[in-house]
Amino acid sequence: MNFDTGLILASLPEIMHAFSVTMLMWVAGVIGATVLGFLVAVARRYGPRLPRHLLRVFVEVIRGTPFLIQLFLLYYGGPFIGLSLDPVPAGLLGLTIYGAAYFSEIFRGGFEAVPPGHVEAAECLGLNRQQTIRRILIPEMTMLVLPASVNMAIILLKETAVLSIITVPELTLVISAIGSQQYAFVESLFLLALFYWGLVEISGKLGRAAEARLSRFRLALA
Amino acid sequence: MSWKLFELLVQASLYTVLISFASITIGLAIGTAVSGAMLSPSRLLSIPGRAFVSFFRGAPLLVQLLLIYNLLPALGLNVPSIVAAITGLSLCTAAYQAENLRGGFQSVPRGLLEAADMAGLSALQQFRRIRAPIAFRLAFPSLVNEAIMILKASSLVSVVGIVELTRMAQDLAASTYRPIELFAAAGFLYLMINWLIALGGSLFERSFRAGRP
Repeated sequence: MNFDTGLILASLPEIMHAFSVTMLMWVAGVIGATVLGFLVAVARRYGPRLPRHLLRVFVEVIRGTPFLIQLFLLYYGGPFIGLSLDPVPAGLLGLTIYGAAYFSEIFRGGFEAVPPGHVEAAECLGLNRQQTIRRILIPEMTMLVLPASVNMAIILLKETAVLSIITVPELTLVISAIGSQQYAFVESLFLLALFYWGLVEISGKLGRAAEARLSRFRLALA
Repeated sequence: MSWKLFELLVQASLYTVLISFASITIGLAIGTAVSGAMLSPSRLLSIPGRAFVSFFRGAPLLVQLLLIYNLLPALGLNVPSIVAAITGLSLCTAAYQAENLRGGFQSVPRGLLEAADMAGLSALQQFRRIRAPIAFRLAFPSLVNEAIMILKASSLVSVVGIVELTRMAQDLAASTYRPIELFAAAGFLYLMINWLIALGGSLFERSFRAGRP
């Protein structure tokens, strides 16, 4: 063990910056993936036939191939079709597309799981289409998709580490660099793993708290 | 892209399949042991079991792989990088499989075990004849899913210098300046292998469902 706290303190600004990059990629990636995934799910449910089939293929391809291959295709292949992106935007776009495929499946399941009777009841009560979507479909779907969405958000947090391979200056890249400069690679990676683990645990707890709140709402509905 | 390049990718994909298969198999063995530890009434076993699952599911696989790749030599174990890669993948998938199997073992109907007790089966016999077959059958669909996850995750071992499918595509893309074709072809091969795993899984599932209501 040759852990020099002085050197760690010296690189603290760098670590804080890397932390902010990881958090930015994660939060922006989750938001982008949720929005895009929702649009894909809506298009697959209500869209015309051709886009529906194309989107199905898109989702299957993204879910069936490694994230790293998708990133390489985007980052190294992009410039050949006029899409030259820096590591950070490339990483963010990659994470968004990857997450969107999974989120679209979650939302698709959510749409299907809302009991048709509830929508019919809303119609009987005289709610118009927009009210039905806003008051019935979306709240019910939110409850149904929350556990899987929290799970997916946690998976995306762990996937941000892969962005280090295309040189996004996030935590894994920066900590490995500092660790190898100081010959304390194992120790720094272990701390890094613990850090991610802690963040995953906290997110999981927050997710379960949110579920508990929403399921109370569900009981009130029932 | 020439046929020669595609052939190189196909060869590398055999390596990917080999690594994934080894990891899934070793992971299943470790996962079974860990699920047993988690379900143990003794805290001395259940707490470490849960800690193992929580850690390996909570930290990114890439970080785990880098850690194990550097930790083994630091502990004086000079193993080839392929061993480090398979160790990393196995431990990670073991954590996920332990969680699946725990669910399987917990859903074994209590009445069956009571009946086995009455019939005079020993604990070992109960495990071999009743608990294990039911738990594995219940956990099988998740196991197929996990195999697909590990196949995709095995692309990460390219960073520790193992020339499997992803690394081969990367090397060839660098030397031919044709990244789009090569990464698309690699992605296609991953899709095909995943499709085969899913197909094999559903056939196998049907075979042990045969004759059941």
